[in-house]
Order: sequence, then structure tokens, then C-alpha cells
Amino acid sequence: MARMKFLCDADRCIECNACVTACKNEHEVPWGINRRRVVTINDGKPGERSVSMACMHCTDAPCAAVCPVNCFYTTADAVVLHSKDLCIGCGYCFYACPFGAPQYPKVGNFGSRGKMDKCTYCAGGPETDGSQAEYDKYGSNRLAEGKLPLCAEMCSTKSLLAGDGEIIAKIYKERVVKRGYGSGAWGWKTAYKEAIAT
Amino acid sequence: MGRLLAKWLAQARFIVGALALMLIVAAATPVLAQQPSSVNPTASSVKEDQLFGEMNRISGRCSIPDQKACTIEQPAGRDWREFHQKTLPWIGAIAIIGMLALLVIFYLVRGMVLIKAGRSGRTIVRFTAVERFIHWMTATCFIVLAVTGVNVTFGKELLLPLIGPEAFSAWAQWAKYAHNYLSFPFTIGVVLILLIWIAGNIPNAVDVEWLKRGGGIVGNDDPPAYRFNGGQKAIYWIVVLGGGAAAVSGYLLMFPFYGTGIAGMQLAQIVHGTVAVLFVAAMLAHIYIGTIGMEGAFEAMGTGEVDVNWARQHHSLWLEEEQARTGPNESESQRRARAAATPAE
Repeated sequence: MARMKFLCDADRCIECNACVTACKNEHEVPWGINRRRVVTINDGKPGERSVSMACMHCTDAPCAAVCPVNCFYTTADAVVLHSKDLCIGCGYCFYACPFGAPQYPKVGNFGSRGKMDKCTYCAGGPETDGSQAEYDKYGSNRLAEGKLPLCAEMCSTKSLLAGDGEIIAKIYKERVVKRGYGSGAWGWKTAYKEAIAT
Repeated sequence: MGRLLAKWLAQARFIVGALALMLIVAAATPVLAQQPSSVNPTASSVKEDQLFGEMNRISGRCSIPDQKACTIEQPAGRDWREFHQKTLPWIGAIAIIGMLALLVIFYLVRGMVLIKAGRSGRTIVRFTAVERFIHWMTATCFIVLAVTGVNVTFGKELLLPLIGPEAFSAWAQWAKYAHNYLSFPFTIGVVLILLIWIAGNIPNAVDVEWLKRGGGIVGNDDPPAYRFNGGQKAIYWIVVLGGGAAAVSGYLLMFPFYGTGIAGMQLAQIVHGTVAVLFVAAMLAHIYIGTIGMEGAFEAMGTGEVDVNWARQHHSLWLEEEQARTGPNESESQRRARAAATPAE
């Protein structure tokens, strides 16, 4: 089985935010929640870079470790998913997550946290693949259809890569060799405890 | 004279301008000569490692309304994870199990602290109905908060394997609601406790003496005490300060991003968890001495009246004060009845 990862080539990202929009549309993500976002660092200064970031589906995921009801599970493709039936909306995964991926719809009194929502790597949830129940809670399950996450699939500059970690790392390395520079795989050290030598 | 100066100034300006032009040309020529064949656009670009080195988190500008999302990496969550998964369970287990073990051993060795002179049959009012209401409101909330709170830290290890994920999640969901909502009466209770009992709970020399003589619990001595002895004062301040810390840190977690950001919430949870498990351990000792640990103690918060011999043994100075007001041979209720029967002068 593959070890699915995301890789954002910051030297290619043009901050078009199409990945953000595609994600919201594909999964009917609730108002106020963004499973993916593009952040520009040093905006307007020389050397500014934009990075598209979502859940990185970490190795030894911190969210899963701290969850008080153990609602997280890792699929055979190493995608970190969770069950909204088990989630109690305590917020602990958000404290632990290095990427700010978990978010909570504001429901109930005092804007208290509802069931956590995050990037599913377009892989749905524990329900039957492609079922309406799965779509309602987690959005579409493209992985079950043999497709990769939509954000990466439709990236116009192919900055955002999704797929087996070794393959996308190889693609990135080839790019770096050919063009002669690369600012590294953002978040990889934090998420996978490895970096791509450039 | 003036015309001469103006002419000289104009000449000077021309010379300075010419020199500046020469300088620019001289400086620019070698740069052009050194221009590499290929441009490296990352030479001045931001680097992940460098940004981490600066502030241990990486933020930028994002165009979505949720500005919290503009932080893309904050590995500090790892330290919090370490605390939540390892440190807190250890502190909690040692504090709570340790206290329970200590109390069991103490009970087996010391047994119940008895009223030495036996019951006199006469009672004296120790806590009024209002005081008891405040106590029990706070106590009831505390027990629910403690059970539901301990569930967050230990539930998945202890209870989840027994009842399965669905039942455990349903329970944990209700536990979260109970924990959030009962925090309000609990906080009100802590504030009221602070106000109604602060006068009797300022530490003084009597407490030092009381502590030196074993507090009437360790050993067989019965040191004098006013309305609240050293141990009760300790419990009072644990409730007021511990309860206050738990309330403040708890509300920061309950209302995310109103008071503090993510780093603040990690810290708030560390404070909340640590204070809470120590608070539970302290309250176990309080419950012990108020029930099976001491004969005649529970009545103080039960009926509100204690036996006079109990009061003499444990709160001799307070009993003297009370009897100076009421007369030695009548209870508070008798005094009230007498006062009501005697017309005011």
C-alpha cells in the first residue's frame, strides 16, 4: 500500500487559492470552515513564498494520540481519518495539531464546538465508501474511486502534489535538480519526521 | 556678496552631482560583470528552518476570513501532547491513587477520631442553612466536574475498553456538557465560599500551634482552634485558589479564541489538568475527614448542628466565643426561642 502524503512546492505556488475553492466545493464544507488554505509568508517582500496547507496526515498523528474518545484511525494508505459519530468536540486535537487542521462548526450555546471537521485526503470517513451518509459528514470519497485529492489534481502550476510519498518526493527532487533551487517540502519534518534533501 | 555665494553654491552642486554619477557607474559595472548565468530565486526566499528558529511557528497572510488559519505550522502542540499523554496521567494517578492509599492506611492505623468525652446530647449551630446550601451546591458540582474531568484524561484507557466506543462516546459527550454547564454553579459556589468564610480563614499563630500538635488527627492531642482550624483553612484556600485557577483556565478552554490563542490554550489546559487532579486528591482527604475519619464531623454540614463535646474537642476557642454569646447551657435554637419570647426593651 502507498503512504499518501501532500507536498507543496512553494516555488511554484502562485497563491491562486483554487485548491481552497475546489476543496470547499467538492466536499460541501460547512460555512466558516476551510480544510485547506493558502498562506503567504513575507507577503510583499523579496523572497515571499506561498504555501498551501491542510491536514498533512502525519506519521504518529498527534490528534489521534490526544483524542479522549479515540475517534481517529489511520487507513491502509496512511490517511488519518476520524469518526464524527464518536467525536465529542472537545478541541484537544486542535491543541495538538501542528498545522491547525481540525476545526469546529460553531453550534449550540456560547458558540461551543460541534463535531470536528478536517481534510480527509478526499477519502471520506468510516461509513460505506461513496454512501450518502459518508458524503453528508465528510464529503466525497475520491480515493475509493481511484482518484487523488482534488486540490492537488486541479492545481494549475502542479505546485501541490498528492500521492505516494516516495513518488511525489521523487518528482520534487527532479524539479529541484532541473531548475537548480527549491525551498524544501514545507511541513514534512513536522509531519513525517523527514525532509527532502535539496 | 550674496551673488558670489549663490554662484559658488551652484558650482559645488554640480561637482557633487558629477562625483555621485561617477560613483554609481563605478559601483554598477562590477555587479553587471558578476551576474550569474542562472538566477536563483530562492536565494532570498523564506526558509522553513530559519522561520522555526526565529519563533517556533510559521505565520503569514491568508485571504480567508478565519485569520487563525494564517498560521501554518506550530509544532508546540508536541510538547502539549507529551504533557497530556504522559505527564498529566502520571501526576493524576500518583495524586489520586496515592491519596486514596494514604487514607486507607491512615484509617487502618488511626481509625475514626472519636469524641473522647462521648456525646453530650446538646448541640450547637455550626453552619447555617445558607452556608450548607452553598457548600453542597459547590460540592455536588465538584463531584460531577471531577468525574467528567477525570474521564477526559483516563476514560479512554479505563472505561472505553469496557463499554466500547459508541457507548463511551455517548457518555463522554454528556460528560462534556455536564462539565461545561456545571462549571457555572461551581464558580458561583467558589466565589460565595470565598466571601462567606474568609473572615474565619486568615491563617494565624493558633494554626501554627495546631499544626505542631498534630491537629487533633495525628496523635491523640486536641489543640485549640477557632471556628476553622489549620486543616480547614488549608482546604478553604485550596478551594478558593484551586477552584479559581480551574475556573479561569477552564473558561479559556470553553470559549476558544476569546481570551487567548492556541499557545495560551495549551498552557490553560496544562494548568487546568494539573490543578484539577491535585484538587481531587485534596478533596478526597476533605471527604474522608468529614465522614468516616471523624465522629460527629459530618453533622456540621448535614444538620448544621454539632455536639457540644465535639466542638469542645476540636474547636474549643470557637465554642467559648459562641457560648459567650448564647450562654453555656442553651443551644442556638433555644437562644433564638428565648430572644423571640422576651420582648425587646
